Amino acid sequence: MKMESNLLKIKSVKKSFGKNIVLNDINLSVSKGEVVSIIGPSGSGKTTLLRCINMLTEYDEGSIQIENTEIGYTSSDETTRKKRNDKQLSSIRSDIGMVFQLFYLFPHLTALENVMLGLRKVRKLSKSEATQIASGWLERVGLSDKFKSLPSQLSGGQQQRVGIARAVAMDPKLLLLDEITSALDPELIQEVLDVVKKLAEDGMTMILVTHEMSFAKDVSDRIVFMDGGFIVTDRNPHETFHSNDNQRLNEFLSRIKQEKF
Amino acid sequence: MEEAISSIPHLIEGLSVTIQVTLLVVFFATVIGVILGVFITYGSKYIKYIIRIFTDFVRGIPVLVLIFFVYYGFPAIGLNLDNFVAAVVALTIFKTSHVIENTRGAIESIHFGQMEAAKSIGLDFKRRLIFVIFPLAIRRFLPPWINSVADTAKGSALVSLIGVVDLMLAMQKVIGRTYEPMPVYIVGLIIYVLINYSLSATSRKLESKYRFN
Repeated sequence: MKMESNLLKIKSVKKSFGKNIVLNDINLSVSKGEVVSIIGPSGSGKTTLLRCINMLTEYDEGSIQIENTEIGYTSSDETTRKKRNDKQLSSIRSDIGMVFQLFYLFPHLTALENVMLGLRKVRKLSKSEATQIASGWLERVGLSDKFKSLPSQLSGGQQQRVGIARAVAMDPKLLLLDEITSALDPELIQEVLDVVKKLAEDGMTMILVTHEMSFAKDVSDRIVFMDGGFIVTDRNPHETFHSNDNQRLNEFLSRIKQEKF
Repeated sequence: MEEAISSIPHLIEGLSVTIQVTLLVVFFATVIGVILGVFITYGSKYIKYIIRIFTDFVRGIPVLVLIFFVYYGFPAIGLNLDNFVAAVVALTIFKTSHVIENTRGAIESIHFGQMEAAKSIGLDFKRRLIFVIFPLAIRRFLPPWINSVADTAKGSALVSLIGVVDLMLAMQKVIGRTYEPMPVYIVGLIIYVLINYSLSATSRKLESKYRFN
């Protein structure tokens, strides 16, 4: 078997909702330790692509592999493959972290319990081991005084940092961040971005869908621009923001600038 | 007054039958109803369809007709149930249809993001239900469920019509002997009210216990 250095390989992925084609022949590879931002107008398919990577949305055609394991189906052969069952999917998902725009913390559990749940019930760690790992992560995201707080007692920025801790505590191979600052008040955005930046520096492989252009520029190795279900450009941040040879990208970037002021 | 007091032992016997019927019905209806409620929420469309037919059908029948149907009708298909069992079976069928709907409503009231977050940390379906969905759904489930229990306690009076000596029939029997309906009915009414008052008090307690935001 041929050795592949890519952690994530997406090949010819297509997805439609009814007649509406949302993903159109998507090809993308991400290596270990890479940080990739996906930008693009709303409806461009970027969130759908992210959700396909851990099968919260099923892809219709093509292949998504993490470490050469097909994510949603029993094999990459489209003629014979079957959808994975719940047990297989759960096991694959446990290695792919996800942070959501609206946090989706478990409201009946404290911050610490939110982070511990996966460690206890998926990783099957003992209570003391899980407590140690979870409290370690909550400390790293700056919430050492909030272990016992319920999500409803936390600010949006704090909730999102718990959301990040919950995802990374599972020690995922890949972390997916879906517009994680879009629901936050402006003054709370930076505390969340700081946490993500630290993760990037520590070598976490990440794909982030974001509208924070300066952050994307700052933290990413590559920036993928999507429009109309296609990947239009896939370049390093400097080329993305400073070369003017792609009309659709230019239009999008200038529209974003106008919105900011 | 004397009649009322002397009737109390008989009424207590009847009361114990009422309570037995109620507890058995609530137990079976809750277990079966929650399981079928999960199936109607997450099952394939055929499973949903079959359960939907059951609930719509059962809820369209007066309870009394259902009780008579089970007691007088089942022998025709070789099922001879004694009146106590027939009463429990009929009321269980009836209550199950309600619990199915309560369960479905409670689960569907939870934001889909909770399910997605639970998936994203790798919990399998069973664990998503146990550790995320059920603890959240129970708040929505409890109030109608307690109502349902109270309804069962009250509705169980109908089983007297197939000869189960519950509180209701015990009252009738005492009256048949003493020809003094009023005092006996007053004692009986008080007992029914006490049962249901304690249930609604429990309900309020449970609701506040499961409130977390």
